[in-house]
Amino acid sequence: MSDVLLDVRNLSRRFDVSKPWLNRKLEGLEKLYVKAVDDVSFTVNRGETFALVGESGSGKSTIAKLIVGLLKPTQGEIFFSGQSLARGLSGAEARRLRRRFQMIFQDPLASLNPRWRVTDIIAEPLRVFERSMDDRARRLRVGELLTLVGLSPEDGVKFPHQFSGGQRQRIAIARALAAKPEFIVCDEPTSALDVSVQAQILNLMKDLQKEFGLTYVFISHNLQVVRHMADHIGVLYLGRLAEVAPARDLFEAPRHPYTRMLLDAVPDIEMTGRRRKKVEGEIPSPLSPPPGCAFHPRCPFANDRCKTEVPRTLGGVACHAVEEGRLSDLVQP
Amino acid sequence: MSMTETPPRPPATPQAPPRPESRLRRFLDSDIFYSWKRSPVTILATVTALTLILIAILAPWIAPYDPFNPASLNLMDGFTPPVSQGPFSENWFLMGADNQGRDVLSTIMYGSRVSLFVGFMATMFAMVLGVGLGLTAGYNGGMIDAVIMRIADIQLSFPAILIALLIFGVARGMIPASHQESMAIWVLILAIGLSNWAQFARTVRGATMVEREKDYVSAARIMGVHPILILLRHILPNVLGPVLVIGTIGLALAIIEEATLSFLGVGVPPTQPSLGTLIRIGQQYLFSGEWWILFFPAVTLILLALSVNLLGDWLRDALNPKLR
Repeated sequence: MSDVLLDVRNLSRRFDVSKPWLNRKLEGLEKLYVKAVDDVSFTVNRGETFALVGESGSGKSTIAKLIVGLLKPTQGEIFFSGQSLARGLSGAEARRLRRRFQMIFQDPLASLNPRWRVTDIIAEPLRVFERSMDDRARRLRVGELLTLVGLSPEDGVKFPHQFSGGQRQRIAIARALAAKPEFIVCDEPTSALDVSVQAQILNLMKDLQKEFGLTYVFISHNLQVVRHMADHIGVLYLGRLAEVAPARDLFEAPRHPYTRMLLDAVPDIEMTGRRRKKVEGEIPSPLSPPPGCAFHPRCPFANDRCKTEVPRTLGGVACHAVEEGRLSDLVQP
Repeated sequence: MSMTETPPRPPATPQAPPRPESRLRRFLDSDIFYSWKRSPVTILATVTALTLILIAILAPWIAPYDPFNPASLNLMDGFTPPVSQGPFSENWFLMGADNQGRDVLSTIMYGSRVSLFVGFMATMFAMVLGVGLGLTAGYNGGMIDAVIMRIADIQLSFPAILIALLIFGVARGMIPASHQESMAIWVLILAIGLSNWAQFARTVRGATMVEREKDYVSAARIMGVHPILILLRHILPNVLGPVLVIGTIGLALAIIEEATLSFLGVGVPPTQPSLGTLIRIGQQYLFSGEWWILFFPAVTLILLALSVNLLGDWLRDALNPKLR
């Protein structure tokens, strides 16, 4: 039943952050790389939402860009319904593949060309992918899409700056849907919006998912948003996946110490009086990540093994303490 | 987080968005037009520039004499002072006549025609070249960017007039003598254009690097839009504001540069004098009392360059949201 649409295998991406060549030679410096994404693997089932959560700098957006092809992976593979995306796309096959996925961005104002009218913005995928479509049909389709996302066809003549943040994100969603994709990467689609508007956009996205059987990769730093949206969740820490689990399991029985720390940091309205741990420390610099498990400087369960050996992902968790059963007695009720 | 209800579902019959309102309507409603209306200096500059341009274009029809037809010239009219004879007499010269008996007013009309033509063409050439190279450099980065921008840097470290003189000299050397007369004006356009592209390239490159990182460009790249289409359809409209400003000020500069070259005697051929040529002719007689031969072409050149420059200044302010 679970039909894998996106399969990410051992994905890594590093960035060259060295100083210019002349400075390096004069100051005797080595080339410097940041490992933004390190050995990340996960699969996304058709029709489901896979959420990636993590702090700033954990590599969430890099993964999004790698999936849609804005960046090339340093290592690893991305398979989209069996076809490799990482090899680079070209030709007619590329167009067939590209029309099946789309992306929604964080800042809707920056993702809409300020000099284009909304009609032209939404029609852009149609111009690219539906070349035989005539102007009339295209405009009808744009009107249809605008109504679909809760705007009116009359809004098509306006420019993006004439809309509110939530309305702009609706326009971005309409553009993403224009060429009828099956897979959408959403890079923090609501974090630039007011809380009340966030809910509207999230519900719109859920409704559209049901209506068109869309598959989402949903990137967020907001655990509540993720809980509302996701079927599966991957928790990123410093470019590595700490834990991958079905959403319910992750929220009810988090296993990785980092996941626990994140969940403890969420205020709960019920005031359960549950004892909570404060989030300690900051995410370390990805320029010089700690050896061994990257989380060990902040982890209350770290031992000597954690300081030297990178944990392997076993059963969806990459943690020595979990693997050794040292945490079993500490699992929260 | 409380979840509010979703927006209304689509009605049964889909509607297309209406067509946008007319361009004129939009222009009259725009902030630019509003700021134009509110600046008397700008209105004056526009009127002056448009009048001069109109006179230049219509010169063959409205000029009182044809100064380039040797048959109509009479050397006996040489050095006639302005309005020395009554109107409608045989040889009435509003602005006097020059050493060869040509009507100064008519030579100015024909001269500004040459000046404006060279200025416009050279600026267009510089703009197309500079914007093209700037977009390429800014969008691609890396080696391409480094090469283009270092050439621009080197060129900007020399005075534009020196570059123009160099290009002019080289180009003339390459053209056979029989074509030099007819090609001179195009060589001049090439020289002035090539000496001014770097300004455009620099500005456009900077703006392109900003726009390139924006998500609307990413969205287009994800769809697989060709880089040339991204540059032309997405990025170009967003970097055109500063280009317009530099273009306007560049037009004034090109007109002055042409006048300078012609004044130095390396510009247009004497059979087709521009304002600069007229000033060169006039300055020979300034101290012998025939001031009008120099004065009127010089005033025209100043009016032309000043009004275009003022327009450029206004445009820069009007397009800068921080100064509104």
